[in-house]
Amino acid sequence: MTYPSPAIVDTIFAPVYRWRLWITILRISIQERIIYRGDFMLGTLMRFLPIITQIFLWGAVFSALPTGNGSEGRIVGYSYHDMVAYYLLTMLSRAFSSMPGLASGITREIREGTIKRFIVQPIGLLEYLFFYRLAHKLVYYSVAIVPFAVVFYLCRGFFQETPHGLVWATYIASLVLAFLLGFFLEATLGLLGFWFLEVSSFLFIYMLLSFFFSGHMFPIDMLPEPMATVVKLIPLQYLAYFPAAVFLGKVQGAALVTGLLVQAGWVIVFAFLAQVALRRGLRHYSGFGG
Amino acid sequence: MAAIEIRGLSKTYRVTRKKEGLVATLRALFRPEYEYVHAVRSIDLTIESGEFVAFLGPNGAGKTTTLKLLSGIITPTSGEARVLGHIPWRRENAYRRRFALVMGQKNQLWWDLPAAESFHLHQQIYGIPPDQFTRVRDELTEMLGVRQLLHRPVRELSLGERMKMELVAALLHSPQVLFLDEPTIGLDVVAQYTIQQFLREYQARTGTTVILTSHYMKDVVVLCRRVVVIFDGQIIYDGSLTNLVDHLGDYKIITIRFSDGQVPTDLSRFGKIILREPPRVRLRVARNEATEVIRAVLARYIAEDVSVEDPPLEELIAALFASARNSRLSQERGNSAVPEDTTHSANH
Repeated sequence: MTYPSPAIVDTIFAPVYRWRLWITILRISIQERIIYRGDFMLGTLMRFLPIITQIFLWGAVFSALPTGNGSEGRIVGYSYHDMVAYYLLTMLSRAFSSMPGLASGITREIREGTIKRFIVQPIGLLEYLFFYRLAHKLVYYSVAIVPFAVVFYLCRGFFQETPHGLVWATYIASLVLAFLLGFFLEATLGLLGFWFLEVSSFLFIYMLLSFFFSGHMFPIDMLPEPMATVVKLIPLQYLAYFPAAVFLGKVQGAALVTGLLVQAGWVIVFAFLAQVALRRGLRHYSGFGG
Repeated sequence: MAAIEIRGLSKTYRVTRKKEGLVATLRALFRPEYEYVHAVRSIDLTIESGEFVAFLGPNGAGKTTTLKLLSGIITPTSGEARVLGHIPWRRENAYRRRFALVMGQKNQLWWDLPAAESFHLHQQIYGIPPDQFTRVRDELTEMLGVRQLLHRPVRELSLGERMKMELVAALLHSPQVLFLDEPTIGLDVVAQYTIQQFLREYQARTGTTVILTSHYMKDVVVLCRRVVVIFDGQIIYDGSLTNLVDHLGDYKIITIRFSDGQVPTDLSRFGKIILREPPRVRLRVARNEATEVIRAVLARYIAEDVSVEDPPLEELIAALFASARNSRLSQERGNSAVPEDTTHSANH
């Protein structure tokens, strides 16, 4: 096996050369996850419990609606079935876009100084965290696929129609983009820890905003104007609402293409912001802390 | 060729001045006041390729800051440094592949996985060819006696075993320069000894340039011929360990064991009694009087055993720090009286 000389490695061939490193990070991270499989499986299953309460909750809300005023058991265009279908789909979106512990993990590395590792060794923080996170997600899906399949099978009656091939493809693309956006967005937030020692209250506010405006709590197209427009302009909807809307056929044709492009655009923006925050942060760190 | 060259290197940290009281705290929120901490003050140092150098100094003297500067973790306020021809704080991969930093117990191993897995990751990080990787790993784990522990999860290893694995991880890419910050801190005597012997053997075999900071004088005595004493961000001594001892140790410790179980009562006229534990007694006497005292004692009393030692290095170093502190104080009072005998490069 031949290895290119470091000078070449450092320039254009870096990605070609580094796939070995990336695979190794992925492999080791998966091994680490599997050690805690018992704890992990229990946690995964417990996260499915709220689904039952949510289905009952929306059932209660819809049964309390006044009848005979022409709305036919709908809230802003959503029937009970639509609502449950939407809710289940955002669960799936979140399975891709949520990044538990990513931002707080980065701030901890900064605070405790273990981030030095990424200054001293020829490895980037973001590439390391990315493949580490990818490993977590892969292990999570391999476990969660069973309860997800059960839930979707039991709730199949809530879905009006299953989407055709092209919609499936765009849906999967939007989920992948949701993962990338979630990663770079939270990484950027975590990297603010270079300037602020304590970012947990900041993260809490972000979580709260995200819960409402990503569409996790309710479909954001329910919001009145001008809120609806504002919420559609910020990137949070691409974490939960957008993939679900694609699946449900709410965005079609040109809007679907634009939606995906904007989502990809946000991924690029936050990937760039994360890079900048890391570079500036390390400069700040080396000048003031260390 | 010099492996490490440092010219006028300084690092000043700006820290916010904390005041007591709510009003002061609120005011500081809008107009913070800063204090400047001079961690390293204009250091000059040249280390040749293959040297094993110890940095000595009390906590906060600037030893670790200097190592951080040399590994590129922090940027200097002024001055220059080159390690293997690289400017460390540029953080070029070409440099990062050629050195290693071990900061005692800062864990770079995966806690729940066997060390072998962390080593694989290092192999990829540094792009070590597989055959070289296997050879170096086996050599190092063999030397440190941890080869059979390669496949045991790191969390199940003892502190000493973990530290040995940390060393292996740091040396897998065969760095040309190695910075060791307190590598034996908190370890038991046996583990300390193994690591000392390993470092000595490894350095002799590979010719790696090593800088070591340690609070265990034993590490320094065993490993380093050259000692750089840093105090208050400045180098106050740079030379051989034996010279340092000769300079500072103007006294000897004599231990006598008397055969009849009785300790004479008039010994204090020979020197200062520092321990009296019949039948043994320890005396502190001036260096040039030591032989004379032994002769006189042996002529008068029957001794079973006599030994003469240099004062403990810890004591000497503590004395050096104390005199440096005093000279700094007197400097601040206006008269710059730096004792010539203990300083090489202060005040320039």
